[in-house]
Amino acid sequence: MNIQEVQIGLGGVQFFGKMAASISHEIKNVLAIINENAGLLEDICLMAERGKPIDPDRLKRLSGSVKDQIRRADHIMTVMNRFAHSVDEASVSIDVSEVLELLVSLSARFVAMRGVVLEVGKPAGAAITTFPFVLLNLLWLCLDYAMAVVGPGKTIELLAEKTGDGVWFRFCKLENMETDAAPLFPAEREAALGQALHAQILRDPAAREVRVLLAQRRNV
Amino acid sequence: MQVLLVDDEEELVTALAERLSLRGIEALWATSAEEALRVVETRSFDLAVLDVKIPKIDGLQLKKQMQAMRPGMKFIFVTGHGSDRDFKTGVAEVGADYYLVKPLKIEDLIAKMKEVLES
Repeated sequence: MNIQEVQIGLGGVQFFGKMAASISHEIKNVLAIINENAGLLEDICLMAERGKPIDPDRLKRLSGSVKDQIRRADHIMTVMNRFAHSVDEASVSIDVSEVLELLVSLSARFVAMRGVVLEVGKPAGAAITTFPFVLLNLLWLCLDYAMAVVGPGKTIELLAEKTGDGVWFRFCKLENMETDAAPLFPAEREAALGQALHAQILRDPAAREVRVLLAQRRNV
Repeated sequence: MQVLLVDDEEELVTALAERLSLRGIEALWATSAEEALRVVETRSFDLAVLDVKIPKIDGLQLKKQMQAMRPGMKFIFVTGHGSDRDFKTGVAEVGADYYLVKPLKIEDLIAKMKEVLES
């Protein structure tokens, strides 16, 4: 195993851990809400035992809230499952829209925590042959850089466009790319992932964007 | 006892506030740091129950800002962390002694509130 492979492997484990921690945090929130709603139902029952009439609308709202949280948890676990399976195959054809959807779902809490708005353009109707986990890791690092650069309250536009030889992933509207506070990009980790995917990573301060060109039919 | 609950999960804080009010504890709630600071600016609370992870600013930083506005205010932190080692370290850095892990037990929360206010 060479240094680049070690770097990708270690970085990949860190990426996986970060996403798993975020997902577990989200699930904890869902459980906390269900727990409080169940507690309220208990309180209502106790009050009914003491003679206070039960309001059926109140019960409907509480049960509706529990159902909403179950749907939310189901979505979170679906995302987790797709993410977990992204390591299964090193070379698989995957729709670009699926990649973006998974990236957006995985990063939603991080985006909210940073106070950034992520706008996703309608993705190109294209499939790419790639290692989904490694691609997600690279795109996450690009998004992480973009969020660090723009700061809270700003918007990042994420686009995926088909080209003759593959797909461009574009992180646009990146203000402050030239400030001293902006982190080095692409750093070793992004460069190693880009090399593994045979992808080009371009940082373009004039256009205020970062672009990743992923060529078709290249295997890791 | 007047309590401010701060968590970006609105359904959580509204349900918790209702359950506390049924137990005689007046609880207001805020779902963002900005909203919490606005509320604390206009009225005083005995204590605040803060989620560690709220958008734009973490709960530990929010506590510092609130404490600067209301030096006598007490704090309890709530976390969704599975492992609380890093959380404990972070809490120790800003001098908060009290925390609970989600999902909360209302009895534990009320007991902790009393403990904090008697400290």
